[in-house]
Amino acid sequence: MTELFRDKVDIDLTVNGEPVEARVPAGQHLIDFLRQTLGLTGAHASCEHGVCGACTVRVDGEAVRGCLMLAAQADGTEIWTVEGLSDTAAITDLQEAFVARNALQCGFCTPGMLVAAEELLSRGGTPSRAEIREHMSGNYCRCTGYEAIVDAVESVAQARAGKGAA
Amino acid sequence: MKASAGGYVRARDLTHALDVLGRSDGMGRVLAGGQSLIAAMNMRLTAGDMLVDISRLSELRGVTEAGETLRIGALTRHVEVGSDPLIAAHVPLLAQAVGYIAHAAIRNRGTIGGATAHADPAAEFPACLVALGAVIEVTGPTATREIAAEDFFVDVFETAIEEGEILTAIIVPKAQAGEAHVIEEVARRSGDYALAGLCLVKRRAGHRVALFSVGPRPMLASSAMQKLDAGDLDGAVTALGQDIDPPSDTQASAAYRRHLAGVLLRRAAARIEGDTA
Repeated sequence: MTELFRDKVDIDLTVNGEPVEARVPAGQHLIDFLRQTLGLTGAHASCEHGVCGACTVRVDGEAVRGCLMLAAQADGTEIWTVEGLSDTAAITDLQEAFVARNALQCGFCTPGMLVAAEELLSRGGTPSRAEIREHMSGNYCRCTGYEAIVDAVESVAQARAGKGAA
Repeated sequence: MKASAGGYVRARDLTHALDVLGRSDGMGRVLAGGQSLIAAMNMRLTAGDMLVDISRLSELRGVTEAGETLRIGALTRHVEVGSDPLIAAHVPLLAQAVGYIAHAAIRNRGTIGGATAHADPAAEFPACLVALGAVIEVTGPTATREIAAEDFFVDVFETAIEEGEILTAIIVPKAQAGEAHVIEEVARRSGDYALAGLCLVKRRAGHRVALFSVGPRPMLASSAMQKLDAGDLDGAVTALGQDIDPPSDTQASAAYRRHLAGVLLRRAAARIEGDTA
């Protein structure tokens, strides 16, 4: 049995555009691999059972809970964290809108919020406030009361739609 | 908390997965989307599992037509169930249910087979499968079995899957002309587990009502179904209260759950009336 099951697993993936090879413990969460091994401490490990959304990162184009995916499962995937999305200027307008609308206070939830919001925005169109609220319902914020976050996402959706039409 | 895994193997194909599972001395645990299993590992509800990761088996993913049924691969993700044109056209109940399941990031990885095998009594898909009269396909080292959804769910987190078997597909009947599907639930916040939930399928042959979060497994409300067939909604609501024996817990009392079940049945019936009016 021991030769079948590994307690260390080799993975080969892309993180923020860079190739990464690593040997990870079988039960290690993706979020802990990103934070502790790669030093990408933007996304946070918080509730660790998939409820709060602070660990949300992008895996193969989709927003995913970093605490409900094992690093071992990330072999062959393409991962983007808030660091990569910031450095490539992919979400600059969203980040500026969060600041302009006071959509963050302590900032703990913000990296997860940004990845979740960008997933919705990347589909194009202008989602309604109700659709924004529903899409963001899996990300907790204990400071803002959410209204400002919905404002920020809505303003970016409108701005991007306007730019596309121009 | 941090998960505790005893070991991990990434299955190459179904044969490999079954082989590894069979050689795990009963410690093997099938890992699909992981949105329930990894949460359970994190809360140390389970520890030391030998994980057989089947999440890459593309042969178990996707929806195909097979005569009067749809075959939904076990690894079809919630987000895919919600957007699949075959499911939207032929089994609208499942497409509707997706909107109630957790949140977008969970639906991106969670799978219908995983949710079914996990058998959480508060989950939407298992109750849908009971209401639809679906068939669950499980594959073992020597044979494939088909199990009626009503016989599949045994108790809290307990199913008819036997040691060494893997849930490989779900087979659901296509809706016939005039058939209507509705799912209704009450949860305190969007994406939370339901305090009570109800699936109503109206067919020419009769009504089928399945409830979730009101007992140890999703269950058919047989007496309520008979009353609905007779056109007696008030009688069905009364009968429903006797069909179920809901638990009291920190989320809701038994009496409140029983009350909600009746409210949900009235809402579901009204929606079907509205759709066909």
